[in-house]
Amino acid sequence: MSEHALELSQISKEFGGRTVVDRVNLVVPKNQVVALVGESGSGKTTTGLMALRLIEPSAGRILLGGHDITSLRQRDLKPFRRQMQVVFQDSYASLDPMMTLGEIIAEPLAIHAIGTASERRDRARDWLQRVGLDGSYATRYPHELSGGQRQRVSVARALILGASVLVADEPTSALDVSVKAQIVNLLQGLQADMGLSMLFISHDLSVVRSLADQVVVMLRGRVVERGPTDRIFANAHHPYTRALLDAVPVIDPTARRRRTFLTAEEINANTPRFRPEDIEPQPLVDTADPQLVALAGSHFVEAIVTGGR
Amino acid sequence: MRLVEIEDLVVSFRQFEGLVQAVRGVSFDLQSGESLGIVGESGSGKSVTCSALLRLLREPPATITAKKLVLGGQDMLRADKRALASIRGRVAAMVFQDPMTSLDPVFTIGHQIVETIVAHKRASKKEALARAIALLKRVEIKNAEAVVRYYPHQLSGGMLQRVMIAMALSCEPAVLVADEPTTALDVTIQAQILQLIKDIQAETGMGLIMITHDLGVIAETVDRVVVMYGGRVMETGPVEAIFAAPLHPYTRALLASIPGQQPGKQRLTEIPGSSPNPANPPSGCPFHPRCPIAEDACRVTTPLLETKATGRAAACIRVPAERVAA
Repeated sequence: MSEHALELSQISKEFGGRTVVDRVNLVVPKNQVVALVGESGSGKTTTGLMALRLIEPSAGRILLGGHDITSLRQRDLKPFRRQMQVVFQDSYASLDPMMTLGEIIAEPLAIHAIGTASERRDRARDWLQRVGLDGSYATRYPHELSGGQRQRVSVARALILGASVLVADEPTSALDVSVKAQIVNLLQGLQADMGLSMLFISHDLSVVRSLADQVVVMLRGRVVERGPTDRIFANAHHPYTRALLDAVPVIDPTARRRRTFLTAEEINANTPRFRPEDIEPQPLVDTADPQLVALAGSHFVEAIVTGGR
Repeated sequence: MRLVEIEDLVVSFRQFEGLVQAVRGVSFDLQSGESLGIVGESGSGKSVTCSALLRLLREPPATITAKKLVLGGQDMLRADKRALASIRGRVAAMVFQDPMTSLDPVFTIGHQIVETIVAHKRASKKEALARAIALLKRVEIKNAEAVVRYYPHQLSGGMLQRVMIAMALSCEPAVLVADEPTTALDVTIQAQILQLIKDIQAETGMGLIMITHDLGVIAETVDRVVVMYGGRVMETGPVEAIFAAPLHPYTRALLASIPGQQPGKQRLTEIPGSSPNPANPPSGCPFHPRCPIAEDACRVTTPLLETKATGRAAACIRVPAERVAA
């Protein structure tokens, strides 16, 4: 049995004959934040939704805390839903405008028939405070809140059942700069306090750098590189990862430079090449990816090995 | 030459809650060839300021007053409909965040660029089409001859934004106003579009107003910065000075809160609270409820913005004048 909080194994998704996620392997170890990065169309959101079983995979397996949940029926899935929750980008669309914040946060408890109505109300108030809102907000409605405050409510609702795994899909992308840091810090604090494991889906590499332990880079449905955050930022090997990192604006007007841009063909043509002696000799323990090559320090990259492998 | 002169601009909207002031006394100017960044969060009034400058707001519900609102030497407050139609496009053109809503889905790309050219210039349709193709090539669209026959839905977001830039350039405007032109785009495409805008600006010598919430975009593209918050200008100055030594506590807090500046997992510096509600703005300095160094006077005094010889100004009574002048 796997020790990992969440594991996707060779997971694929086809929509109308097009493969949008292609045999992705992804592991979220316990107490870690794994960032899934890529641009629109990379399949990162589809991968996250498959992990949650909100989209059914075409192939592959999903393991939650070592339990295979790939083909569980909805009824059998329900207890696992308590363990894995989600926060989306658009907090306005994910909160029912007709419900009070207290009702919204307590709803998961009601669905899982936990506690009496008054106990649920108390816990919702506790959670409002844990996410940095006053308990008096329980009687307010979503439209009365700012984007950052609504995202706090989404986080409270996601975690009130005591989930151990949180999938966060671009939770800070719609937020103002001054509020973004608040939500990143909130997630970071809760992650440490609750021992959460998090799959953080984002195109914002700056946030990823401050929050994630590991980074997984997707391009056109495939994982092209993954590794510890510091290694990816300091020593990316795949040309697409490098292009992504290079595109991040530099917060220093004295360091402006002309960038060169690779076309998709150039990225394909520049797939890294390694000689066998450059590759970490360790066997690929947690991956069955034939296309990923293991480098030193748990760093994997899509590459061509010259001279046979 | 001064392309843009704005002095004490106030924009209000008549709304259910009453009269809401989105812009509360904004002043700045733009010299020809200069690039100015207006940075602010949602509700700061940055977009409304520029829409008011081009008189793009519907009046009513909007009401615009200003001591000066001059674009390309023309008094925008006095300009009638005909004058406005000739100023827009020729003197100043605008590129918006979402190209899909700026283009008409039932006409081809070529048709829409030709329409713009013919509206402003004496040109036959054939000449206009040739010019449209040349413009599309200028914005680095490779198969321009084919793209003129495409409909908007056949192009990606990045390509559409290139088309919007081509269209904005079609009448050789003296000022390009770009309102969050890259916010909806992927990071690699954003970098390409910003590079394109910079290249075209260098080549044509047009003025640029870049409206954005992203300090990274500011750091990469403009010469001078206006920082807005709660409908007011908090700070203004040359881009290097603002990033090297921000004066206003809001600018300082914004810069400090940018994630990912150092390696390693870490807590970020956050700005407590949330942006002011324009329907119910705080008294005095709009930033005082969130400001780490606010004192009693900040609740009552609205700080003035006085530009020193250094080109810097900070609307904060806690910032000593000698630091602004340094």
